[in-house]
Amino acid sequence: MGDSQYSFSLTTFSPSGKLVQIEYALMAVGAGQTSLGIKATNGVVIATEKKLPSILVDETSVQKIQKLTPNIGVVHSGMGPDSRVLIRKSRKQAQQYFRLYQEVIPLSQLVRETAAVMQEFTQSGGVRPFGVSLLVAGYDDNGPQLYQVDPSGSYFSWKASAIGKNVSNAKTFLEKRYTDDMELEDAVHTAILTLKEGFEGQISGKNIEIGIVGADRVFKVLTPAEVDDYLAEVE
Amino acid sequence: MSITSYNGSALVAMIGKNCFAIASDRRLGVNFQTIATDYQRIFQIHDRLYIGLSGLGTDVQTLYQRLKFRHKLYQLREERNMRPETFASLVSAMLYEKRFGPYFCEPIIAGLSEENVPFICTTDLIGAKQFSSDFVVSGTASESLYGACESMYKPDLEPEDLFEVISQALLSSVDRDCISGWGGIVYIVTPEQVITKTLKGRTD
Repeated sequence: MGDSQYSFSLTTFSPSGKLVQIEYALMAVGAGQTSLGIKATNGVVIATEKKLPSILVDETSVQKIQKLTPNIGVVHSGMGPDSRVLIRKSRKQAQQYFRLYQEVIPLSQLVRETAAVMQEFTQSGGVRPFGVSLLVAGYDDNGPQLYQVDPSGSYFSWKASAIGKNVSNAKTFLEKRYTDDMELEDAVHTAILTLKEGFEGQISGKNIEIGIVGADRVFKVLTPAEVDDYLAEVE
Repeated sequence: MSITSYNGSALVAMIGKNCFAIASDRRLGVNFQTIATDYQRIFQIHDRLYIGLSGLGTDVQTLYQRLKFRHKLYQLREERNMRPETFASLVSAMLYEKRFGPYFCEPIIAGLSEENVPFICTTDLIGAKQFSSDFVVSGTASESLYGACESMYKPDLEPEDLFEVISQALLSSVDRDCISGWGGIVYIVTPEQVITKTLKGRTD
C-alpha cells in the first residue's frame, strides 16, 4: 500500500478516540444474517440462516459455510463478498503453512493470520475494513475450538457465540442452554433451537446451513436433507 | 575438487532404544591443511532436537543461524517446540528455496519426540529428505561411515552401548578419509538427559 501520497488510511481516529470506520463495519455485521457456533466436548457446530432476497434465487448456489482446511470451517455474518476475500487469503495461508512444515496448520495459527489481515485493513491506505465477523470452527491437536474474528482484527475463543442480527437474544439463549458436558449432537440441536428463536418464517433445510466437525477432524457442511433430519429431531 | 569437500567433515546419527546419538569429527581444514581442531558442526535446536551440518564451514554457520532464528520465531508464535519431523520439513523447504544457488551443506536432523520416539533424517544440499530407522551419515567420510555403520550397528541399543558403537564407527571411518578426523564429539540424547563426550583420535 501507500502507492501515492494520497492513499492515506480512511480509518482515522475521531477526537473522542474511536475509529468510526470500524464501528460502521460492526454495524454492517450487526445487520447481517444471524450465525452462531457452539463448542461441544467432542466437536464444534456452526450454523447460519440463509435468507434469500427472492424465492426465484436458486438456493443451492448459496454456500455461506465454507471449508478452510479439511478440519476447519468458517461462517460469516455481514457482507458476503468481503468474506470471500478473507476465505481466499485464509486458505492460501493454510496451504503455505502446510508447504513449509508438511503439517496441518493449527486452528489458533490460522485464526491469528486471518485476524492479522483484518487488522491490516484498518490501518492501510486505500482500503476499508471488512464488513464481516467470522466464526471459525475446527478440531486439531488442541481439541475442538471455536473462534470469533471481528472487523477490527480482534479475536476470541468461545464456548458458544453468535454474530449478526439478534446477537443479544441469541447469546442470552445460548447462555441459558449451554453446558460444559454438551456433546456434538446436543450442540446441533441447541444451535437449531437458537436459530429458530429469531427466525422469521418457517425454518427448513433450505434456509439454514449447518457445519460440524467432530473427533474425526473432518469438517462437513450438512446437506439440506441432513438438516431436515436434525430439524425433525428437535420438533 | 568439489566445494563440499573444501573443509572436510564426518557426520553420523544413530537410533537406539528410546534414545539417539549424533556425532561428528572436529576438524576444519582448507583442503589438506588443518586450520582448527575444535570446529562445531552439531547444534542444539531445543532440549531434544539436534542438527548436524556437513559440508562448507561458512554455510554451516550461516544455515545454523537462520535455522535458530526460524525456530525461535516458531517458539514465540506457537508457544511450543518444533517436532523433529516439522523441523526436518522446515530445513528441507529452506534448502530448496536456494535450489539454483544452494548452501553446500548436507544436514542430519536428529530428535526425540514428545512420546520419546527417536527420529533421524538427512537431506541433500537442496533439501531432498531421507528418513531412516537405523542410522544416517553425511560428509566427506560418508562412504567409509556407511561401511562402519553397516557392520557395527545393532537396533535397540541402550545409551551406553550406542555411544560405544557410534564412537567406534566415527573413529574408524575418519581414518579412511584424509580431510576429516582429529577426534570427535558425540551427543547421546535420552528422555532424561543429554550426554556430551569428546573423543580423542589420530592427530595426523
